[in-house]
Amino acid sequence: VDELILMREEQLGILLSLLFYKMLGFLRHPLVVTADINLNVVALTGVGLLSRLWRLTYPRAVVFDEVYYGQYISFYMKRIFFLDDSGPPFGHMLLALGGYLGGFDGNFLWNRIGAEYSSNVPVWSLRLLPALAGAFLVPMAYQIVLELNFSHCAAMGAALLVLIENALITQSRLILLESVLIFFNLLSVLSYLKFSNLQKHSPFSPSWWFWLMLTGVACSCAVGIKYMGVFTYLLVLSIAAVHAWHLIGDQTLSNVCVFCHLLARTVALLIIPILTYLLFFYVHLILLYRSGPHDQIMSSAFQASLEGGLARITRGQPLEVAYGSQVTLRSVFGKPMPCWLHSHQNTYPMIYENGRGSSHQQQVTCYPFKDVNNWWIVKDPGRHQLVVGNPPRPIRHGDIVQLVHGMTTRLLNTHDVAAPLSPHSQEVSCYIDYNISMPAQNLWRLEIVNRESDTDVWKTIMSEVRFVHVNTSAILKLSGAHLPDWGFRQLEVVGEKLSRGFHESMVWNVEEHRYGKSQEQKERELELHSPTQVDISRNLSFMARFSELQWRMLTLRTDDSEHKYSSTPLEWVTLDTNIAYWLHPRTSAQIHLLGNITIWASASLAMVTYALLFFWYLLRRRRSIRDLPEDCWLRWVLAGALCCGGWAVNYLPFFMMEKTLFLYHYLPALTFQIILLPVVLQHVNDHLCRSQLQRSVFSALVVAWYSSACHVFNTLRPLTYGDTPLSPSELRALRWRDSWDILIRKY
Amino acid sequence: MLCDTSRLLPAGAATTLPAQPRSRGSALRCRRRELHFPGHPALPFCDFLAAQLARPSFPPGRRVILRRGRMPPVMGGSLAGSERRARRGRCGPQAARAVGPDVAAEDAARSPKRLVQGSRRFKAAGGWALLAVVTLLSFATRFHRLDEPPHICWDETHFGKMGSYYINRTFFFDVHPPLGKMLIGLAGYLSGYDGTFLFQKPGDKYEHHSYMGMRGFCAFLGSWLIPFAYLTVLEVSKSLPAALLTAALLTFDTGCLTLSQYILLDPILMFFIMAAMLSMVKYNSCTDRPFSASWWFWLSLTGISLAGALGVKFVGLFIILQVGLNTISDLWHLFGDLSLSLVTMGKHLIARILCLIVLPLALYMAIFAVHFIVLNKSGPGDGFFSSAFQARLSGNNLHNASIPEHLAYGSVITVKNLRMASGYLHSHRHLYPEGIGARQQQVTTYLHKDYNNLWIVKKHNTNSDPLDPSLPVEFVRHGDIIRLEHKETSRNLHSHYHEAPLTRKHYQVTGYGINGTGDSNDFWRIEVVNRKFGNRIKVLRSRIRLIHLVTGCVLGSSGKVLPKWGWEQLEVTCTPYLKETLNSIWNVEDHFNPKLPNISLDVLKPSFPEILLESHMVMLRGNNGLKPKDNDFTSKPWHWPINYQGLRFSGINDTDFRVYLLGNPVVWWLNLLSIALYLLTGSFTAVALQRGVHLPAEVEGLSQVLLRGGGQALLGWVLHYFPFFLMGRILYFHHYFPAMLFSSMLTGILWDTLLRLCAWRLAPSSLARGIHVGGILSLLLGTAYSFYLFHPLAYGMVGPLAQNPLSPMAGLRWLESWDF
Repeated sequence: VDELILMREEQLGILLSLLFYKMLGFLRHPLVVTADINLNVVALTGVGLLSRLWRLTYPRAVVFDEVYYGQYISFYMKRIFFLDDSGPPFGHMLLALGGYLGGFDGNFLWNRIGAEYSSNVPVWSLRLLPALAGAFLVPMAYQIVLELNFSHCAAMGAALLVLIENALITQSRLILLESVLIFFNLLSVLSYLKFSNLQKHSPFSPSWWFWLMLTGVACSCAVGIKYMGVFTYLLVLSIAAVHAWHLIGDQTLSNVCVFCHLLARTVALLIIPILTYLLFFYVHLILLYRSGPHDQIMSSAFQASLEGGLARITRGQPLEVAYGSQVTLRSVFGKPMPCWLHSHQNTYPMIYENGRGSSHQQQVTCYPFKDVNNWWIVKDPGRHQLVVGNPPRPIRHGDIVQLVHGMTTRLLNTHDVAAPLSPHSQEVSCYIDYNISMPAQNLWRLEIVNRESDTDVWKTIMSEVRFVHVNTSAILKLSGAHLPDWGFRQLEVVGEKLSRGFHESMVWNVEEHRYGKSQEQKERELELHSPTQVDISRNLSFMARFSELQWRMLTLRTDDSEHKYSSTPLEWVTLDTNIAYWLHPRTSAQIHLLGNITIWASASLAMVTYALLFFWYLLRRRRSIRDLPEDCWLRWVLAGALCCGGWAVNYLPFFMMEKTLFLYHYLPALTFQIILLPVVLQHVNDHLCRSQLQRSVFSALVVAWYSSACHVFNTLRPLTYGDTPLSPSELRALRWRDSWDILIRKY
Repeated sequence: MLCDTSRLLPAGAATTLPAQPRSRGSALRCRRRELHFPGHPALPFCDFLAAQLARPSFPPGRRVILRRGRMPPVMGGSLAGSERRARRGRCGPQAARAVGPDVAAEDAARSPKRLVQGSRRFKAAGGWALLAVVTLLSFATRFHRLDEPPHICWDETHFGKMGSYYINRTFFFDVHPPLGKMLIGLAGYLSGYDGTFLFQKPGDKYEHHSYMGMRGFCAFLGSWLIPFAYLTVLEVSKSLPAALLTAALLTFDTGCLTLSQYILLDPILMFFIMAAMLSMVKYNSCTDRPFSASWWFWLSLTGISLAGALGVKFVGLFIILQVGLNTISDLWHLFGDLSLSLVTMGKHLIARILCLIVLPLALYMAIFAVHFIVLNKSGPGDGFFSSAFQARLSGNNLHNASIPEHLAYGSVITVKNLRMASGYLHSHRHLYPEGIGARQQQVTTYLHKDYNNLWIVKKHNTNSDPLDPSLPVEFVRHGDIIRLEHKETSRNLHSHYHEAPLTRKHYQVTGYGINGTGDSNDFWRIEVVNRKFGNRIKVLRSRIRLIHLVTGCVLGSSGKVLPKWGWEQLEVTCTPYLKETLNSIWNVEDHFNPKLPNISLDVLKPSFPEILLESHMVMLRGNNGLKPKDNDFTSKPWHWPINYQGLRFSGINDTDFRVYLLGNPVVWWLNLLSIALYLLTGSFTAVALQRGVHLPAEVEGLSQVLLRGGGQALLGWVLHYFPFFLMGRILYFHHYFPAMLFSSMLTGILWDTLLRLCAWRLAPSSLARGIHVGGILSLLLGTAYSFYLFHPLAYGMVGPLAQNPLSPMAGLRWLESWDF
C-alpha cells in the first residue's frame, strides 16, 4: 500500500513538473493571435448598416404596426401584465429592451398611425434592434451561400440581393418583428451549416459545440418571436434528422460514438430550445408583475399572483370554504367572456317570445362585471344558520350544499323546465314558491374537479368545482348565449342534463370569499358591500403560470377584423398587393411595404428552375445517368432542401390559417427564395453553359438583370424610406400594378 | 429486384408446376414468369393453411427438418408455410426474404411431387373454408337483431331522409358527395320502401314503413369489412394467425358492429376504403406479372374503389393519398430497374394513370351525373345554389321560366347575393332605429321571395319613366351609373358616411328620397366581374358589383343577423374594402320588362362542368360552415383512440331501448398499445438494419413483414387519423373508424410477428410452439370474451343504467365518461 501511495505521489510530481514546463512555454514563445478578416463580410455589414440605419428616426411618427407593438413596449416599461396572442413574448421583450436602453418611460399613447412621437420616446433606440437585425441579414446571406459550398461570387450575389430588397428594408427600419424573426431563422440555418461542415473533420471540437448550441438557441429565439418560427425549427430538425440517420448508417463509427453524436444533437436541438423558450416566459413573467387591463382573461389564481388588481381584493381571504362562507363564483371557462354567477330581483318572463313558458322564478345569469349581486352564501341544508360556525366546518368533495343568493336570500334551484335559450337544458333559477306544485329542488352536490383525493377541501381560487343537482343530476353550466333585453343581455346559465362528458363551461371557482358573520339580512347586506379582510398569501408556481399563459395565448380568439390591406397568400408570390404604412401629414411623402419586383419575380422563377432541374437530375440518376459529380449533387440537394424547404415551410402553412394575413407574412419565405437565386444562377453557369462564349453571355445577362434590380430599388426608394415627397404624376407612374394602392392626395 | 426471388427456386419445384401462358405485354425477363398458376390468381392465402394442414402427413423425421428454420409449426401458417409460398415465387418478394434458401431447397427436395399436388388442393379447400367461416361469422354478427330498434337511430334521420329524397327525386343539399345516399336510396327502392316516411327526428317509429332493406344493405357492406381486412393482412404478412387475429378484433368490436347496423354512410365508406386497400395490396403482390389479367383486374378495382370512397365522403381522399404514395414508390422502384426500357416504364405509367386517375375521375363524375339526373324536382336544397342552377329544377319558379336576357333601364328585378344562404336585396317601410346611423329606411337581405325584394333599374340623372313605349330600349352596360329604386316604397338605394349597424367599419345602406328623387348618394356604378366596359349585363349569369359613386365603397351583405328592429334579416353594408368576395357580388334573378322579348331560361342552363364545380364549392363551404360553438361539447380527435367517449345512438332513460356506439375497450386499448409497441419495435429494427446489424434469416424476414406490412397499416392509420387534428369543422367519434380498421390490422401483424420472434428465441425448448399458439389463442379468446361482455352496447339494452348493479352493464363502465 505504501508503495502505491509513493507511486501516486511520484506521478503527481511528474504531472506538476509537466505543467510547469508548459507554462514556461509561454515565456519562450510570444503569444500570437492570428485573425482572418473577410473584408467582404465587413463591407457587406457596412453597407447593410448604412441601408437600414440611414435616417432611422424619420419619420418621427407612429408607422403602421408600431401602434400595436408600441403599446406592449409601454406595458413592459410600466411592468404591467398583458396578454398578446400574436406570439410568444421574446420579440416584444427585445423591442422593449430597445426602449429600456433608450430610457423610455412608457408614457406614450399608442392610439393612431401617424401620431407624432413626443420627446420622451427614444425613437432611434426603439428602432435600432430591428434595424440591426435587418442589417445583419446581408452578411448572413453571404455566409450561408458560402457554407453551402458555393462560390464567393454567388454568395456576394445573395447578399447584394438582400441588400436591395425594398420590402426587407422597410420592414427592418420600424419597430416591427419580422426582421428579427428572419435574422434568427437565418442564424439557425447558418449555424447548422457551420456545424455540419465541422462534423466531417472535427466533431466534438469547441467550435462544433458552439455552432450546434447556437443552432438550438437561434431556433428557440425564432419560435420565441413568432410561432411561425416553429416552421424553420422543424426544417432544421428534419435536416438534422436526415444527417443523423446517415450517421447511424455509418459503420466506421463505433456504437458509443454514434450514441454520443445522437445525444449531443438531442440535447442541443430539443432540450436547449425548450429550456430557452421557458426562459423567455420566465423573464416575461418576472418583468410583468403588476395587474393590468388583460387580467380578466386569466384565471382567478393567476390574477391573484399579480400585484394590484384581484390580489389586492383577495389578499387576506380565508382559504377553506366553509358552511356559511360568502363567495363569488367565477366561470373557469370564461368564454365568450369571463363572468360570475349572478342573480337579481327580476324574474324570467312568464311566456317567452316564441310562446314557450318559463317558471317565472328569479333569474340566474352569469355577469361579466363585479357586482354585489354576485355574492352567494354556501349553506348546510341541514341547518338554518347563514354564518360560519366556530370552528368553521370546511366543505369537502361530495358534500351536499345549498347556495343562497346574498342580496335576495333565495336558493339556487333547477328543475325540469326548458332554459330560455337552450331548450335542451334545464332552467336555473332562484326559487320562489308560487304554490303551484313546483317544489324547491335546491340541493347541489359539490364535486372538486382538480382534487387530489376524494376528501379534499373546497379551497378559494384554487379549487375548480362542479355543482351537480341532486334531484336531476344536471350540472350547472354557462351556456354562453346572451339573454335578450329582459335578462339585461347577461349570459345564460343552465342545468346541463345530458352530461356529454367534461367541459370547462361547467366548472366554477370561488374568487372572492369571506366568512359570513351576520345572521340578520340587513346586517348581511352591509357585510356583502364591505371589502374582505383576513390575510393569507398564495403563490402560483412558474410552470403553472407558464402553462396557463401559454394556453390562453394559443386559444384566445380575437374577432377576425377585415383590414384594408389584408391579402391572401396567392397574392404574395406575384406581389399583387402592398401595404401603405405611413403618409406624411402634409406632403405626399409616404412609406409602403412594397417589394423589389424584379427580385420577387426572378426568385420565384429560380425556384421553379431549381425544382425542374432537380427532378430532371433525380430521374436521370435513378436511371444511373449522373450529370453531376457526387459532391456537386449533394450540395445542390442540400441547398435546395434548405432554401426551397425554407420557402415552403414559411409559406404554405398560411393557406391553412384563418386569421387576417398581410404581405409581410411572406418575407421570411422570400428571404429563403432570394438565397436560392444566386445558387441556381451559379449552377446554370457552371453546368448548363457548355462553352466559354455561353458563359460570357450568361454573365453579361446576370449583370444586366442585377442592374435592373438596382434600378427598381432606386425607383421605389422614395416609398421605402418615405423621405422624398413625389408629385401625383410621379406617384401614378409608380403604380405598376392596378392592385397597388399608392396614396395620391387630392388637392 | 423483381427477379431476386427466382434465386430461391430449386429446379425441382419449378418442374412440378405448370407453365404460365405468356402474358400480354410482360416485360419481365426473368424465369419466374413460368411459375404461375393460371387457376387461382386471386387466392394466394390458401397455400398457407394447406402447408399447415398437410404437415401431419409428413413423417416425423421430416418434421424436424422442417423446423430447422427454428419456427415452430403452429396453427394456421407457420413460417414453413411461407417458405412454400415463397418457393413458388408468387405474390410477394418480401416474404420470400424470410427464408434461407437452404431450408426451402431441402424442403422441396424432400416433398414428393404427388404429395404437393394433392395437398395443394387440400390447402385451397382449407383456405376457402377458413375465409368462409370468417365471412359467415361477420355476416352473422352484423345481421343479428338488425331490425332492432324499430325506430330512427341517430343520423338515420339524415341519411334515411336523403334516401327518400332520391326515391321522390326532390333536390336536396348535403355536405357529402352523393354516392352513399344514392346507394341507400337504391337499396330502399329495391326493397320496396316508397319514400313516404318523414325521418323527422331520432326515436320516431318506422311502423309499417320498410326500413330493413336500407339497414340490410348497410349491414351487408359493413360485413365485408372483416373478410377484406382478413385478406389484406394475409396478403401483406403471409401469416394466417395474423389475419385471423385482425378478423377477430374487427368482428368482436362493438363499435364497428354498431356502425354497420344502421342507415349510415360509414359502412359504405369503410367498405370502399377497405376494398381499395385490399385490391392495392393484391395488386402489389402481382408486381412480378405486370400487365397480366389479374394485375389489370386489381389495378382497375383499386381505381373503382377509390372512386367509391371519394363518392361517399371526402374522407375518401385519405385512402387516395395512401394509394397515391404507394403508386409513387412503386413507380420509383420500377424506374430504378435498369432492365426495364423506358417504353415499358411509359406503359406502366400510363396504365396507372388510366386506372388510378382517369377511371376514378370518370366514375366520380358519373356519380354526380346520375345524382343530377335523378334529382330533378325542386326541394329543400334549392336555396343553397345559384339562380342558374335552380332553373334546372322542376317546381322551382325559375324552371321553364322565360325572362328577358339582358338588363335594360326600367326593368324590375330582384338581386341575389352570391354568398351562400344570404338572400335577396330587400327593403321595407321601417326605419333604422334612433342612434343607429341615419334614421332612414332599412335595407337588408332576405332569404324568402317577397314583393319587397323588387327594385327598378333607373338612369341616375333622369327620372322619366323608361317604360314609356315611345322611348327606345336602352340596355344597362358594364360601368354604367345607375340608380336602384325600391318598387314598393319608391325610395332609392342609398349609402353615406355613417357606420353600418353591426359591422362598424362599413358604411350604412339605406332607402332614401321620395318617389325616386334623392341625392347624389343614390348613384351606383354597376360592374360585371371580369368583363370589359360596355358589355351588356346578363340576367342570372353575370356576377355584378355595385360600387357607390360618392364614397367608392361596394354594396355587400355582411351575413350578420340584425336584431329585432331589423326583423332578424341580414345586414347590408357598403364596404370600403374593394376585395372581391362573394359577400359583395350579386346577380339579377327575376327580371320583368314588358318591352323586351322573353327568352326561355333553358339557354342559360349551366353546363355539367359548371354544375359540378358549383356543387363542390357549395359542399366545401357547407363543410367549413360546420363549426362548433365555444360552449358546446365536442369530440376531440385525441378522445378517439382511447375510446374516451361514445355516441348515443338511441335512448337515454332506463326504460328506453339504448344503443351506444363505443368501441370494445379491450380491442381498442390493445390497438393503442400495439401502436406504441410497433413504434418501439419498428424503430428499433430500422436502426438495427441501418447500423448494418446482421440478422438471422428468419428474423430478417419477420422484420421485413413488420416494417413493410406493418408500415402500410400504420401509414393508413396515420393518414386516416391525423388530418382530423387540422380540421376546423365539428368532429364526431365515428370519424375515427376508418383509422381503427387500419390500427386493427397493425395489431394483427404486430402480435403475430412478436410472438413468432419470441418463439424463435425459445426455439429449442418445448415452450416455443406453445408461445405462439397460446399467445394468439388467448388474444382471440380474450377479444371474444370481451365481446360477450360488451355486446349489449351494440345489440341494444333495456333496463337500468350502468350505475345500477341490476343493469346488464353493471361494473362495465370502466371510464366515467361513458354513459350507458
